[in-house]
Amino acid sequence: MFQHRAGLKSFFRQWQLQSMVIPGIIWMIIFCYIPMLWLIIGFMDFSIAKPMLQSPFVGLKHFQDFASDERFWRSIRNTLGMSTIKLVLGFPIPIFFALMLNEIRSIRFKRTVQTISYLPHFIAWTIFGGIMLNWLGEGGVINQLMMAVGFQDREILFNSDPKYFWWITYFSDILKETGWSAIIYIAAIAGIDPALYEAAELDGANRWQRMWHITIQCIRPTIAILFILAVAGMLGSNFEQIFILKNNMNMRMAESLDLYIYNMGLVSGRYSFSTAVLFARSIVALGLLFLANYASKKLTGDSIF
Amino acid sequence: MLRRGRFRRIGLFEVCNTLLMLAVCFLTLYPMWFVFINSFNPAEKAILGTVNWFPESFSWASYSVVFQDKGLMNGFYITTLRTLIGTTAHVLFTAIVAYGISKTNLIGRKLYLKIALITMLFSGGLIPSFILMTKLGLYDNFLVFIIPAMYTFFNMVIFMSFYRTIPDSLEESAKVDGASDYGVLFRIVLPNSMAVIATISLFSAVYHWNDYYQGVIYIRSQDIIPLQTMLFKIVAENSMTFMQQQAMAQFGARLPGNSIKFASMMVATLPILLFYPFIQRYLVKGVMIGAIKG
Repeated sequence: MFQHRAGLKSFFRQWQLQSMVIPGIIWMIIFCYIPMLWLIIGFMDFSIAKPMLQSPFVGLKHFQDFASDERFWRSIRNTLGMSTIKLVLGFPIPIFFALMLNEIRSIRFKRTVQTISYLPHFIAWTIFGGIMLNWLGEGGVINQLMMAVGFQDREILFNSDPKYFWWITYFSDILKETGWSAIIYIAAIAGIDPALYEAAELDGANRWQRMWHITIQCIRPTIAILFILAVAGMLGSNFEQIFILKNNMNMRMAESLDLYIYNMGLVSGRYSFSTAVLFARSIVALGLLFLANYASKKLTGDSIF
Repeated sequence: MLRRGRFRRIGLFEVCNTLLMLAVCFLTLYPMWFVFINSFNPAEKAILGTVNWFPESFSWASYSVVFQDKGLMNGFYITTLRTLIGTTAHVLFTAIVAYGISKTNLIGRKLYLKIALITMLFSGGLIPSFILMTKLGLYDNFLVFIIPAMYTFFNMVIFMSFYRTIPDSLEESAKVDGASDYGVLFRIVLPNSMAVIATISLFSAVYHWNDYYQGVIYIRSQDIIPLQTMLFKIVAENSMTFMQQQAMAQFGARLPGNSIKFASMMVATLPILLFYPFIQRYLVKGVMIGAIKG
């Protein structure tokens, strides 16, 4: 109310409140804004030994460099490949799981299944990844299963063959995250007015019609928001997952944009170069967000902003 | 007799759906069960491969190797320390900032909120953050686990929305009794926010416990490497800690490598598995609050 008349005096009068907030603001400036500012080293030849401003500006040199780097385009292909598989074949799975779980009549059974289904989300990727590596290796569960079913007649070292890598990330992601991703849909479904179902039942709608015309329609805004976010995040990857599943043999298909930035920046020490990649990526990701938002607004009428 | 009238025909759909849900439960639990049974595989059996359903024979050998491994035990200690300190720091810091910023009479509130909001939309990313940590002296420093993880915008918003549900009259009466802002926060507001504190603590604790990536990037010294980072090296790079090499020498070529790996995994997950049944509803509640906000 009195903000317009507020001078230094009233500022000091509420020093207690200010002393709660200002450390937070300082934290944000140090840990968020300074790194944002330092994206500028993408335009410099930065060396970690020198003070910030003594590095020479080189304009778009690093941008030209990575644009002509085959490995960069390979990492784009890998990122988009993995994201597309996860988006097209992975995105509907938690929705499907939530719908099916909703059809379970016994409340206790439903709750138990739900509780169990979250568990892998809380298991660290080191452990989950370790299990996957064991399963995919020689004599592992996957090989045993495939040979028992008759899909293959000898062992395959799945994780050493690049062509399987995208699918390994897809399946291990589903195994770990389906239950957790479904929570938000389950909550949305729980919020639907039961009268809608009763009315539909009186009108003679069968189970599938009710699912399609009521459940799906009611949770559509939730689906739209999560879809927008998923599209906006397509240039990202699950770094913790890829970092543990990758190895020298599958790197050709495993190196996502994140991993490329890590390898170029922290392994090879090309800070400016990989910051240029980071910079370009954030611009494109922002564009993707607006694009997905716009498309969703046009198609379904639901959007984030 | 009475119930028969309400009993509906169990159709094909119900049967299939129940089977589907059981399959989901199996797929979810099996990975951890697999680790569990194989961690008991004795050395002689481990060389033959893994067991899939039940332990064929039972041995604590790999656990004794794990518990005697100074490196792994130190990692366990570092992770525990990191989880305790990191969680406390995160919850306290975020709760205090959120309280200050939730006060509408705060001078400069609009500016503060804008500063906070932008941090959610843009970020510097890996390389600038790495350079920052180096310049701040946080590289290869235990505090790199604590300080950069002290605050998130998301959790601040959760705190702020929870504070709104606390009746103003409570705070007013404390103010009348002469309590300062800090007094009100610590004696009235925080004790009334235990539900949200529990939720955020748990999320923060799970993050600190499970994170291996910070350790890979920022830590070089052996004595402050967290457990998960060690596990990453054991699992992904097949590196052995000193004691494991000792054990290898002891057991000869029939190394119990696999069992030791699984036993270390089990030790690293045990706290999560033990607490999970009790904490999972708080975790779910946290997501719900987040979902409503988002």
